[in-house]
Amino acid sequence: MISFAGLPLAQSGGFWLPDSATNSPAMDPVFYLILGICSFFFLLVVGLMVFFVVHYRRRPGVVPQKTASHNMLLELTWTFIPLVIVGAIFYQGFTAYIRMQTPPPNCYDLRVSARQWAWQFIYPNGHIDENLHVPVGEPIRLTMTSEDVIHGLWIPALRVKMDIVPGRYTSTWFRADKVGTYNLLCTEYCGDEHSDMLATVEVHTREDYDAWLKDAGNYLKTLPPAEAGKVLYQRRGCFQCHSVDGTAGTGPSFKGIYGETHDMADGTTAVVDDNYIRQSILEPQAKVRSGFQPVMATYQGLVSDDDITALIEYIKTLK
Amino acid sequence: MNKPLQSKSTTGSYLIDPPGLKSWLFTLDHKRIGLMFLVLVSMALALGAFFALLIRTELTLPGPTIVSEPSTYNRLFTLHGAVMIFLFVIPVIPATFGNFALPMMLGARDVAFPRLNLASLYFYVIGLVFFLLVLIFGGIDTGWTFYPPYSTSTVTPVILAVVGAFILGFSSIFTGINFLVTIHTMRPTGMGWFRMPLFLWGLYGTAVIQVLATPVLAITLLLLAAERLLGIGIFDPKMGGDPILFQHFFWFYSHPAVYIMILPAMGVISEVVSVFSRKHIFGYKFIAYSSLAIALLGFLVWGHHMFTSGQSQLVGMIFSALTFTVAIPSAIKVFNWLATMYKGSIGLAPPMCFALNFIFLFGIGGLTGLFLGSLATDIHVHDTSFVVAHFHYTMAGGVLMAFLAGLYYWWPKMTGRMYNLVWGQVSAWMILIGFNLTYFPQFIIGSRGMPRRYYDYTRLLEVNPEFTFYQIISTVGGFTLVGGLVLVAFILLRSLFVGAKAPDNPWGSGTLEWQCNSPAPHENTPAPDDVGDCYDYNDLEFDEQTKGYVMKQ
Ligand code: HEC
Ligand SMILES: [Cu+2]
Ligand SMILES: [Cu+2]
Repeated sequence: MISFAGLPLAQSGGFWLPDSATNSPAMDPVFYLILGICSFFFLLVVGLMVFFVVHYRRRPGVVPQKTASHNMLLELTWTFIPLVIVGAIFYQGFTAYIRMQTPPPNCYDLRVSARQWAWQFIYPNGHIDENLHVPVGEPIRLTMTSEDVIHGLWIPALRVKMDIVPGRYTSTWFRADKVGTYNLLCTEYCGDEHSDMLATVEVHTREDYDAWLKDAGNYLKTLPPAEAGKVLYQRRGCFQCHSVDGTAGTGPSFKGIYGETHDMADGTTAVVDDNYIRQSILEPQAKVRSGFQPVMATYQGLVSDDDITALIEYIKTLK
Repeated sequence: MNKPLQSKSTTGSYLIDPPGLKSWLFTLDHKRIGLMFLVLVSMALALGAFFALLIRTELTLPGPTIVSEPSTYNRLFTLHGAVMIFLFVIPVIPATFGNFALPMMLGARDVAFPRLNLASLYFYVIGLVFFLLVLIFGGIDTGWTFYPPYSTSTVTPVILAVVGAFILGFSSIFTGINFLVTIHTMRPTGMGWFRMPLFLWGLYGTAVIQVLATPVLAITLLLLAAERLLGIGIFDPKMGGDPILFQHFFWFYSHPAVYIMILPAMGVISEVVSVFSRKHIFGYKFIAYSSLAIALLGFLVWGHHMFTSGQSQLVGMIFSALTFTVAIPSAIKVFNWLATMYKGSIGLAPPMCFALNFIFLFGIGGLTGLFLGSLATDIHVHDTSFVVAHFHYTMAGGVLMAFLAGLYYWWPKMTGRMYNLVWGQVSAWMILIGFNLTYFPQFIIGSRGMPRRYYDYTRLLEVNPEFTFYQIISTVGGFTLVGGLVLVAFILLRSLFVGAKAPDNPWGSGTLEWQCNSPAPHENTPAPDDVGDCYDYNDLEFDEQTKGYVMKQ
């Protein structure tokens, strides 16, 4: 169960921090500086404590020695030395933060929309993807907002984190210097599937990126509708709540629902046809299927008519 | 050293005088109220620890372990946090040892408002009942921080929990008012501000925060309830509200609240370190003023919980700078405790063992706070298990250790019994080891990529295969830690039946509460006209016959 890969000896990057995807992460030197200072003071305090406990342990006949009960100079010393040290830490942390937060001019802009519990990365050509694809070596700025509750975007390998708040835009930027695949997680607790709200950052060379984007944006035209629907099912995050194998998740499974008659929470029934599916996507609260919570948010404005057609075709194929 | 009292009280032990259940339920005696609080907060601790073990067991291995649904896991960590914070660490030391010892330390008959004190007990009980109702109704899943819009959209009974926390807030305010007024008006004539035991300075600082900050929490919780019930929209962006506003309100209370928790704990440590080193406390005034400094500066740093919330860089900078200033008073205290031990005659009875645990663990907790106060590093570790580890080192490593130190320290006076000292030391070691095994790995996985409040880390293993290893260690530590707590309970409860009769002053303390019989008599004894220096131990010597300290002849 615990393979050797699970042992800390096998961990990548340093002991404390994961591998960095940038050449000069601004945060790392500050982290190690603080780690050094912490270790020093911890050893000092605990070292003295242990030394005193051993050296001045209570022994019969030995009385405590008389020492001053205060010493202004000494106390001012251990007030001011820590003050200077934390001042230095503050300064380092602040300047690195400013570097981390100030995007260079001519960033490549992407938009991020988070919802329970899926990521949507919106590319300049209008393509929406469930993963973040970026070209290597270029500064990327993310402008983010949430459709429901607060989420948090964290890419450990890039040391980037920013909350995503409904009703406002937050932004952050980064530059990935190494081609590869990295984790992107949600760090602000957002409900049941919080720990499943995971995406990847795919760092490509510029050529690969351009090729990917051209292809990715074209699937509605290049793929048959049912297959395009399958892609949408992934990319729009329907899979987070709807399975295709018959098991109920947060929402009902799509398997075999087309043509069925379903009970609604308000006691009525409805036949799952094209219009019903369309309405379920655009106005999910209009007809809520009984046995489920009305937690699906509307996709109004996020999916086109062609998208909906493709999704319907896809659901039809799930027998 | 305090001058010996003119006469010892002649009334019977507060435990049996007056007798009867009714006399307990309606008691105005601060000692009884303190003891009843002790029973209640211990139950809360047990409940919180139970949730903690479930969480730990779930996280041991990737994938579902014992909790099959994320929604259950989310309820568990919420309940663990809410119970531990609102029912344990906030009230624990003021309500138990504060209530028990404060009036006696002043030689006062009781606190200034005994009825308010009893009300604070009953408000606590009502708050507790609300939390139990939350449990019965299936628990809440918002996290103890209640962030909207999640907390306004979840289907779990948030209102019940919010009302519970609201009522507990009043319990806390009542205690605070009582202590402020008692300390201001009921000090004996001979006891100036700088003659007070340092524990009282800790309680005083805490009381200031309790009275000034708790109302803000109360209003915030009311707004949240109104938001859920009436949809007023103050935190709802769809109606033009702002969810970040809630975070400001919430942390405006909840950051100072961490000092509500830690200041009395530091007060306990100041007493214990001095008594068990047989040395005058070093730098009394610096310790006293540092309590006040913490209480005041603590109000100005709440924004450090929101560095990634999108607040402006200028605001981030100001909060970061202010946050670092709070580190200084804590550092002063630690150095002063060490200087107190220097050239002392250090006895390692259980209270001192736990005080040493406090210095060790709180040291780590405080120092790792530097990572979180510093902007660049906080961005990376915010909302990860690094933060979880940090605040457990300060809250559990700090407050819980000080609680146990205080419990072992005042136990003879509260119950009249001595417990087994050797087993007490064993429990201290067990807790120290279990604690570090539990939380240290969480620093490592946190900075390597493990978010907090995370039900399942299976999908992270591809990048971080080492997580399972650390999680297993953490769980082993968790069970060791709780085992240590069970041992403490066992040692103390056993002493009630087979423990030797406690001497009046078993540790050789100089504060007034040790001058009466053990267990304390019903009537407190008034302070002598000339209250001397309570940290001067020269006049006390150990008496083999009673196994306690007595005045030198
Ligand atoms: C946050 C979880 C969630 C996500 C994401 C989600 N849904 Fe739903 N969906 C639900 C729930 C819960 C229901 C049942 C309650 C209701 O009818 O509103 C539902 C109902 C439906 C139904 C009606 C099913 C039936 O059997 O009656 C359809 C069709 C549907 N969703 C389509 C989609 C599509 C297409 C997507 C992706 C574009 C999607 N959903 C994304 C939660 C979700
Ligand atoms: Cu989340
Ligand atoms: Cu804080």
